[in-house]
Amino acid sequence: MQHVDGNALAGPLAEFFSFDATTATARCNGCGALGELARAMVYRSGAGTVVRCSTCDHVLATLVETTDRAWIGLSGISAIEVRRG
Amino acid sequence: MSEATAQTTSPAAASAAAVPAVPRSGWHVATVASTRRETPNASRIELEVDGWPGNAAGQHLDVRLTAPDGYTATRSYSIASSGAGTRVTLAVDRLPDGEVSPYLVDDVRAGDMLEVHGPLGAFFVWAPDAAHAAAAVDARPVQLIAGGSGVVPLYAMAEAHGVAQDPTRFRLLYSVRSPDDVYFADELRRLAEASAPLQLDLVYTRRAPDGWRTPPARITREVLESAVIPAAERPRVFVCGSTGFVERVADWLVELGHDARSIRTERYGGT
Repeated sequence: MQHVDGNALAGPLAEFFSFDATTATARCNGCGALGELARAMVYRSGAGTVVRCSTCDHVLATLVETTDRAWIGLSGISAIEVRRG
Repeated sequence: MSEATAQTTSPAAASAAAVPAVPRSGWHVATVASTRRETPNASRIELEVDGWPGNAAGQHLDVRLTAPDGYTATRSYSIASSGAGTRVTLAVDRLPDGEVSPYLVDDVRAGDMLEVHGPLGAFFVWAPDAAHAAAAVDARPVQLIAGGSGVVPLYAMAEAHGVAQDPTRFRLLYSVRSPDDVYFADELRRLAEASAPLQLDLVYTRRAPDGWRTPPARITREVLESAVIPAAERPRVFVCGSTGFVERVADWLVELGHDARSIRTERYGGT
């Protein structure tokens, strides 16, 4: 399946986070790599969106959006770091 | 947040950095102000967006279309404009089996209303930075690399650079099918001749203008090496295009000695 990257998550993640989470650094549970969410690989389909680590391909997050709800699972992320100013 | 801001340590600069560079996003009602043909396959659409807080160069927005039965389709489009104000320019390429882009390219007319979410994305942005320019820090040059319609956010950066007369060295490598497919052709030509010049390198993949020095061909590692700011000058690099283009170019850049952390990419899918 054709993928895009984490830049495309800025809109969907705005429903969950009060800042632009694509600039936050996430740590992959699979390989321990640190990277901005904008650098992750994003696979979108009618069923939902799968976010994978660009280093090891481990699933970092899954999103499902319908007209009346939005759901996010972050099972593959062990930590998120946000820079302050 | 820019890399320059992230690396800032002085308290004065840190307090300046606390001013949000990128406004909060939100849903807005946009009225189509004008449309015009950009290339045979793309349209330039100017939107008047109620409540738009302005945007940085390189950001995108999501367009949401809702059918009478409630079915919605949302797609992301790079913004070709930047700065304060409520006018936003898009340049949209028609995808043959797309749900949203054929409507935007072929059907939308001045006066039509759209729902847009934005401005979005603080990762793939560039902003002129007077404070840093004055302090002569972050004098790193900027290399932009575009494949096809991937030029849209990079054009926004080049235009912001020109408008601000920012002293940062700017170079754009633009891979495009034919002379007819060049987005913002007149504007890019003007920027290339301006006082804060943009160095523009075009690569034609299917048809070159008469008398062009090289036959049309896809970008190679050798062409890339000859037409980008060398790794030794530590440029910040922004690459935007189809997923295949971006990944090929990013791999070559790393092979050519560029620091992977200095390469920012935006993939839009496609082949």
